[in-house]
Amino acid sequence: MRPSSKAAALLAALVLVMAACGDDDTGGTTSTTGGLPTTTAVVTTTTQGAATVDCEVGQTDGNLNFYNWSEYIDPDLISAFETEYGVDVVESFYESNEAMLAQLQSGVAYDLVVPSDYMIKIMIDERLLYQLDKDALANYGNLSEEFRTQPYDPNGDFSVAYQYGTTGLGVNLEAVGDAFVESWALIFDPEITQNFAGGVSVLNDPRETMGAALEYLGYSLNDTNLDHLDEATQLIRDAKAYITTFDSDQYDENLVNGEVAVAHGYSGNMIVAIGEADDPDNFVYILPEEGATLWIDNMAIPTVSRAPCTAHAFIDFLLDAENGATLTNWNYYGSPNEAALPLIDEEVIDFYADTATANLEVIEDQGDYEINYTDKLAEAKS
Amino acid sequence: MGSGGDHRRGDLTAEPVVEAARPELERAAHQAESRRGVLVALPAWVYLVVFFAMPLVIVFVYSFATRSSTGRTRLADWNLDAYRRLFDPLVFEIFRRSLLLALATTVICLLVSYPFAYYIATRGPRLRNVLLVMVMLPFWSNFLVRTYAWKVLLGSEGPISQLSQALGGEPIRVLFTNSAVLIGLVYGFLPFMVLPLYAALERMDWSLVEAARDLYATGWTAFRKVTWPLSRPGVIAGSILVFIPALGAYVTPAILGGARTTLIGDYIVSQFLAARNQPFGSALSFGIMVVMLAGTIVYFRTGAKNV
Amino acid sequence: MNIAGVRPKSPTERLLAANAWVVYAFFYAPILVLIVFSFNANNNVGIWTEPSVRWYRDVLSNDAVLNAIKVSLIVAFVSTIVSTVLGTMAALSLERFRYRGQRAFDGLVYLPIIIPDVTMAVMLLLFFAQGFQWLDAAIGWRPSFGIGTISLSHIAFNISFVAVVVRARLGQMDPRLEEAAADLYATRWQAFRRVTLPLIAPGVAGGALLALTLSLDDVVITSFVAGPGTTTLPVYVFGLVRRGVTPLINAVSTLMLVASMLLVAISLGFQRSSRSRVTALGEEQA
Repeated sequence: MRPSSKAAALLAALVLVMAACGDDDTGGTTSTTGGLPTTTAVVTTTTQGAATVDCEVGQTDGNLNFYNWSEYIDPDLISAFETEYGVDVVESFYESNEAMLAQLQSGVAYDLVVPSDYMIKIMIDERLLYQLDKDALANYGNLSEEFRTQPYDPNGDFSVAYQYGTTGLGVNLEAVGDAFVESWALIFDPEITQNFAGGVSVLNDPRETMGAALEYLGYSLNDTNLDHLDEATQLIRDAKAYITTFDSDQYDENLVNGEVAVAHGYSGNMIVAIGEADDPDNFVYILPEEGATLWIDNMAIPTVSRAPCTAHAFIDFLLDAENGATLTNWNYYGSPNEAALPLIDEEVIDFYADTATANLEVIEDQGDYEINYTDKLAEAKS
Repeated sequence: MGSGGDHRRGDLTAEPVVEAARPELERAAHQAESRRGVLVALPAWVYLVVFFAMPLVIVFVYSFATRSSTGRTRLADWNLDAYRRLFDPLVFEIFRRSLLLALATTVICLLVSYPFAYYIATRGPRLRNVLLVMVMLPFWSNFLVRTYAWKVLLGSEGPISQLSQALGGEPIRVLFTNSAVLIGLVYGFLPFMVLPLYAALERMDWSLVEAARDLYATGWTAFRKVTWPLSRPGVIAGSILVFIPALGAYVTPAILGGARTTLIGDYIVSQFLAARNQPFGSALSFGIMVVMLAGTIVYFRTGAKNV
Repeated sequence: MNIAGVRPKSPTERLLAANAWVVYAFFYAPILVLIVFSFNANNNVGIWTEPSVRWYRDVLSNDAVLNAIKVSLIVAFVSTIVSTVLGTMAALSLERFRYRGQRAFDGLVYLPIIIPDVTMAVMLLLFFAQGFQWLDAAIGWRPSFGIGTISLSHIAFNISFVAVVVRARLGQMDPRLEEAAADLYATRWQAFRRVTLPLIAPGVAGGALLALTLSLDDVVITSFVAGPGTTTLPVYVFGLVRRGVTPLINAVSTLMLVASMLLVAISLGFQRSSRSRVTALGEEQA
């Protein structure tokens, strides 16, 4: 054999061996091997395989590696935590749940992460999260009832809600005029959208966009019928001529700048952008009556964490009424913190007032079926 | 004038030798030369094998794996499903569109860069350096910020639009059109074309051009028969450096083009992130790589033939 | 040889000059927008309200941004140096020597250019993850993701880019010059240092510049292999985009531009003072 092909064969064999070795290590064990032996927490494994940890209220066991979405927490809160507990907080940022998951699955040692609802379920199934020690969370009582048990985390054992929000439509009233209706038709019905100057903008997120289309057609956004999904694909195809852009980042600016007449997007960004527009009264954020998305971001502690007790302390810190209010008053999303509500700006409270009564669904991971949303959106766009 | 691979070195006799008087010496010299070549290549070779070839093998292996219900990659139940999907009409369509875009970008970059690089290469040495650095300077600011700056420029409130309004026309929005995407891509990849072109042109022997002029060639003929062929390595290098990343580009088209069409780069990202379908994403990546490799080899062959 | 000083300005010359101006305008138009909006009083990068320097004040107090800049610079510096050295050596070995396995090496050097960013990112992430696990099991030490992994990843793709640029340059160079040096009893090393190196210097510099740029701008690969506290600037900005880009980033970019310009001015100053050395072929006169 020539040397280079021998080397290649060796490489392949090596990889297969490494891969085989790595496959069963999904965090079910409690190892925090290597690195700094800083933890004094007692770590055990329950019979169901979920790792648990035992912490005291306010106990810290090292600095906090905090992995969060960008611009999601007031820097003053971070400093306050650092001062109060005498530890450092190292912040890192991700822009999608999946990117965060990829990092954690590779063993990068973050102590606290903020996954969205469906991602929590995946992470629980993959045994990537610690079961929380509720005894260490003195302020747990501040959390609103409805956020303590959710389909993705039935007993609230693995996560604590951070902020929530909705996904709906931001509308330029002047540009839409008489055609205004509280429905997804504002982006999916070409007969209506063809008259809008600048067109409309739709989120570039498979679950959100396919979900909106499904809801407009009368189905659930968690529907797993491929025929229904094909209908949704065709709907988007037909509407595409007047969809100016598929954008998950700049939709709020595009709306307020007048680039588009209607924008599909997340509540917090909308409220901020509309508030800062020259003519805020010309814009409104609506939740279509056919149904819209409610999403909840949650704090969770990965099993690769080397400072789980500090992480608990941070969760407890944010559950405090005042801190919770500071958080919401800074990022304008919905607060799950009941005790904080009196301290939150009127404007934000009003904004989320109708989420209780609106027709909302939470995204759930659909397992094997999940890849279809991505592929159908790609198909709709091609 | 090609590379110096054929010349014999290590042979310190001053006479040109046609037949080796001492074949053993020749062979020894060759071998020493060979060994030196390997030694010089060794650091890069080792580095690339460890940090590139091995990871590549991993991806190759993953392309035959299966996706679990939670999106994890299971290294069991090996199959060819992912590769079978590569022949979907959807994948072809996505690839075709990306190919056309990359081609357009490369051609425009070449047309714009060549006179530009020529100009820089024919200035005095000090000015050359300054001009070159001025080309690179904008690219030391953040790429995303520059792309957003283009959004402002091309939007309905931007200077182009305002100009047309001042001239009595309607507000023009170049943003979210194919032209906007092209502008963004060309802008982003221009230095990758300029630099190799400049490097090739700068080192050219200009006396050859003068000789051509002395032989009554017009400026254009001199260019066509002397300058262009000699700058070919630069053209080839630049084209490759632009075409291939342009084929996989998705951030710029998304921001400036509104992400209205799926490009291959975006499709692959979505497989690794949103769909968490690593086997298919790996197969796609591998497929693209094979196609690009084949294309590059073909391109090289035609380029080498005409030199 | 400088033609422009020898012939009078023909129409072609003028056209070329005009073209150059247009291209530079094209290059700097967005930069201008960037700088102007860094002084924007409101939060928006698109709507101008009134001038303000608040973003510049913010930069100095924003730890996250400052840390990101620091990491970006360290990574760029390290990866540029290493990849320039390795890439130049690779180019030399491919253009000036012949040995068995050269074709394979040639292909290997080109491959990183052909791979999409995302694939490279995932490849490296998986590789590091597995590798660290393995190391942990073998010798009980588990390295962490951070500046090290980012730098290693950047070097991996930069080697190829440097090699391509240097090769284009080498391909243009007359190899008989090296022979001439050999005829004058220079050793291989001396021939390299005094003949080859100065002649390919612009190519090497070009490759280094390219590597620096690619490293400073990389988003996808870096975001996959970074670790806690080691976000680079582009990744930080990319993350910000989801929650709203503010002119803070414009301010940072402007500052980086000014810093680069200063660096360049200094290095040009250095070049001028060392220009009295006569290099091969009397190429550059003082």
